[in-house]
Amino acid sequence: MLYFPKWKVIAILTVVFLGIVYALPSITPQKMLDSLPSWVPQRSVTLGLDLQGGLHLLMHVEVDAVVKERLDAIVEGVRSELRKANILYRNLGTRGQAVSVNINRPEDVQRARDVVAKIETGTNVLVEGDRLTIAFTEQTLRDIRVSVVSQSAEIVRLRIDETGTKDPTIQRQGEDRILLQLPGVNDPERVKKLLNTTAKMSFHLLCDQQSEGPSAPAGCFNAASGEAQRDGRNLPTTYTLRRRVEVAGDRLVDAQPSYDQRTGEPVVSFRFDRQGATQFGNTTVANVNKPFAIVLDNKVISAPVIREPIMGGNGQISGNFTTKEAQDLSLLLRAGALPAPVTFLEERTVGPDLGADSIEAGTIACVIGYLLIVVLMIAAYGVFGIVANIALLLNLAFTLSIMAAFGATLTLPGIAGMVLGLAMAVDANVLIYERMREESDRGRSVFPAVDAAFQRAFGTILDSNLTTLIAAVLLYIFGSGPVRGFAVTLAIGIACSMFTAVMVTKLMCVAWLTWFKPKTLPV
Amino acid sequence: MAFRGFRILRAVPKLDYFRFHKLCFAFSIFLCAASIVSLATRGLNFGVDFAGGILIEARKTTPVDLADVRSKVNGLNLGDVSLQEFGRPTDILIRVQSQGDENAEMAAVQKIRDTLGTEYSYERVEVVGPRVGKELIQGGIMAVVFALGGIMAYMAFRFSWRAGLSGVVAILHDCLTTVGLFSITGMQFDLNTVAAVVTIAGFSINDTVVIDDRIRENTRLYKSMDFRELINLSVNQTMARTVMTNGLVFLATFALMTFGGPLLFGLALALLWGVIAGTYSTIYVAAPLEWYLAARGRAHVKAGEAEGEPSRP
Repeated sequence: MLYFPKWKVIAILTVVFLGIVYALPSITPQKMLDSLPSWVPQRSVTLGLDLQGGLHLLMHVEVDAVVKERLDAIVEGVRSELRKANILYRNLGTRGQAVSVNINRPEDVQRARDVVAKIETGTNVLVEGDRLTIAFTEQTLRDIRVSVVSQSAEIVRLRIDETGTKDPTIQRQGEDRILLQLPGVNDPERVKKLLNTTAKMSFHLLCDQQSEGPSAPAGCFNAASGEAQRDGRNLPTTYTLRRRVEVAGDRLVDAQPSYDQRTGEPVVSFRFDRQGATQFGNTTVANVNKPFAIVLDNKVISAPVIREPIMGGNGQISGNFTTKEAQDLSLLLRAGALPAPVTFLEERTVGPDLGADSIEAGTIACVIGYLLIVVLMIAAYGVFGIVANIALLLNLAFTLSIMAAFGATLTLPGIAGMVLGLAMAVDANVLIYERMREESDRGRSVFPAVDAAFQRAFGTILDSNLTTLIAAVLLYIFGSGPVRGFAVTLAIGIACSMFTAVMVTKLMCVAWLTWFKPKTLPV
Repeated sequence: MAFRGFRILRAVPKLDYFRFHKLCFAFSIFLCAASIVSLATRGLNFGVDFAGGILIEARKTTPVDLADVRSKVNGLNLGDVSLQEFGRPTDILIRVQSQGDENAEMAAVQKIRDTLGTEYSYERVEVVGPRVGKELIQGGIMAVVFALGGIMAYMAFRFSWRAGLSGVVAILHDCLTTVGLFSITGMQFDLNTVAAVVTIAGFSINDTVVIDDRIRENTRLYKSMDFRELINLSVNQTMARTVMTNGLVFLATFALMTFGGPLLFGLALALLWGVIAGTYSTIYVAAPLEWYLAARGRAHVKAGEAEGEPSRP
């Protein structure tokens, strides 16, 4: 029926109004937007990094490294517990994702099993003959994975926040991945360096005997020097350190870049918590005039000599830094250590110029394409062509405003989806108008022809839109990144066209017909 | 009062689309076969998205000396490196083959940056590890397969299984020849191309559904008409719409290709091909195939009933 009750007209006009208002922030320049009244929504469509410029990093969290570390701890536990219980064993070590050990005396096996099972909760002990195999349960492994990845994401967030980047996106992806998106950031190397550092810090004493070769005396280990050798001072390349950790890095409560008061060189000042301060105090009291080492990720960044006991828990690291290095190191120490190392699987950087170039070219192309459609639609369908063009503009506005409202991101493939959505909106109008011609060629007068055309074309439009909508939804569910961007804009565009190309068009056509009461159709 | 629009087609055409259907089948099979052969022998020029590797677009204030950059980058021993001017003489596109694993990949980018120095600004850097590349291929194929399955199921439900099957064959025809086009020309195939292929599928199915819808409507109206004629009639009746819609989309995509800049060019070209292939495949692949599947048309019943305008409810 071609009759619109008043409430329906009002409802349609309200929706149209809202659609336009919510699209405003996305299509008007910021300056103009600021001058608009405050009730106009401010949320605009988020542009993807390919259009806006920025850094996209996909990271893999090496959870296995943590599992390995925990297995190593179990090995140490087994060693000391079995010794305490006077059980003789051989072949103790990690094999794959488990720890295994052979018990020498068969009568000890059951006792050994009980001892070993108590070392760490969440483990299963398997007995095969004289061999015990200790492995984490599936549940424990899953818990480790979840906690390591979410902790890593948290540390990544802290570190990125410290750099002062605006609107970073940090998402967990899949089981062991973190996706980082930084709009506007154009210096991937600095970000990667910040994230690539585990930043595990510890304080060690040096062994009395510095070994020359690769082997270290018992209870000691060799660590390479990470100190920047800038001014030609003759520093050793490796240090032999005691294994025992005097103070661990997680005792730090603050770290700030500053300058040494005497030499003026950049240093990192740090402060321990109370327990750390006590530990550090005790160590320094007992070792005055001996060197100690500050180790970061298995590298010695500084090995100064303890001149006097340091009791307050404050200290500074002078590692021959540049100002920037001192800043980054203190940032890393403040944010804390990553529980596991990360590797980068994917990096994409788009400079701001390229993004702007693409948008400009894309906009020009779209405007020209749209003008072509406008001219030809008017040429082919007269007044109703104008109606269709208005509907098409509305469709664009609706698509943008829905994307803005739901916080969807517009990417390059998303533009392709939008183009297809617009093409289908044009098609809906063409279907209706061609049907009007057919119906009027069959001898129907104006109103019945229009009525029949809307009714019959609607079935076709519904079918073609639903088919495409199903495809779009499936693409969204099963696709990744760019395919999803495409599917979202397509689906929104199609859904909007059901309203703009059918409902709004019909309202406008009917309004025109009732106003002018033409004898023949304008199409 | 308003003027009346002009009609591209003055009357409903009376073309027989089956006249050359064997020739068209042969042509389509030839195109598909050529695409498959090219895919099997030449393969696709996978971009870094799928193959893994490095892509760098760098810009300088002065024109780039390609030979100089080439010798510098080749000195790094990174394997296969391709260099080309991109858009303008101050821009350069560097593509480096996959380095085997993620860490080597990241190290290689750093080396290139260090070698090129600070006179370049980096407009775009993409580094994709082999793991991600493989997943992206699998994900893309999965998504397309499920989308095609969904389309087929819906069309089978709304029209007939014949319509669903021929519609999907037509889409496959369009997608295969598009991918074949990329293989034969050696154009780069990346994630944006996948988006283009999916768009083509969407466009093609829209066209097919419009005609299938008319076939269904006509089947109810002309119960005894020969199926072949019914299809002809349906295609002819919707011809004005096909010319108008597809013509508009063609022109709009052409504008996108001409003015859209180098980044959109590949996408627009694929879409343009898709419009042509989609229009062709709907009329010359999906429609005749549906007729074949319907056991070469139903038997003629009483002549004469098929003519004339039947009354409508």
